[in-house]
Amino acid sequence: MSIWEYANPKRFMDWTAPVMRVAFAVAAACLVVGLIWGFFFTPDETRQGSTVKIIYLHVPSALMAINAWFMMLVTSLVWLVRRHHVSALAARAAGPIGLAMTVIALITGAIWGSPMWGTYWAWDPRLTSFLILFLFYLGYIALWAAIEDADTAADLTSVLCLVGSVFAILSRYAVNFWNQGLHQGASLSLDKEENVADVFYIPLLICIAGFVALFVALVLLRTRTEIRARRTAALIARSQRA
Amino acid sequence: MPDLGKYAFEVLTAYAGSIAVLAVLIGASLRRSRRVKAALEAVERG
Repeated sequence: MSIWEYANPKRFMDWTAPVMRVAFAVAAACLVVGLIWGFFFTPDETRQGSTVKIIYLHVPSALMAINAWFMMLVTSLVWLVRRHHVSALAARAAGPIGLAMTVIALITGAIWGSPMWGTYWAWDPRLTSFLILFLFYLGYIALWAAIEDADTAADLTSVLCLVGSVFAILSRYAVNFWNQGLHQGASLSLDKEENVADVFYIPLLICIAGFVALFVALVLLRTRTEIRARRTAALIARSQRA
Repeated sequence: MPDLGKYAFEVLTAYAGSIAVLAVLIGASLRRSRRVKAALEAVERG
């Protein structure tokens, strides 16, 4: 069986129902365990004090803010190339989730930055590219809402998604490109020397797993909603023609 | 409650703000899902 058959709306509704429930359960379990572990049972960091506890929200949300855009990029490309409606609807569904993740990353980053850098905001390469990514999310969601014809909206938002991918990449690699600014390098790396200390590492990984599972669950929930909304609109249009 | 020292306000604000954003996102997604599902069922019933 071809993988594309899973993108058939009826099949998609069938297989995503149990997956979504499991993803919600995994997300709840990981977030409860990870956040309680991180908040209550990890020590303060030598230089940053208790603000290090913000890492359990800031890093996973920033990671998901960028990766949500990449998921939208892939599904937008699938729409542009293969015209699968479910892929366009999945991209639309992911937009508000990515926006929420970007907001969390910006808020927690500003709050963390205030005592550590002495300012809530600096025009640092990573911070600036993240702000632009936030604006792209707003534009993407607004464009979907502004265009009545669903296929035209999917075409135009897909193009916007391609353009915005530049800033998603910059958000991830800006520190490496410019090697300047206030923001530190990656908190997680394949190079163990660059990683956060072990005592913070495991609860951070659990929180990241929780955010990933929550993202999957919400994308499936919202995509299913978009499929139902599209079917409702089609049935209403059909009854009006009859 | 752990002793958050002089950064208690920052840490608690970050957690409260983030949980609020997540709660709004999850709540809005579930609410719209229920509404659209009910609308589709109503249309299919005719």
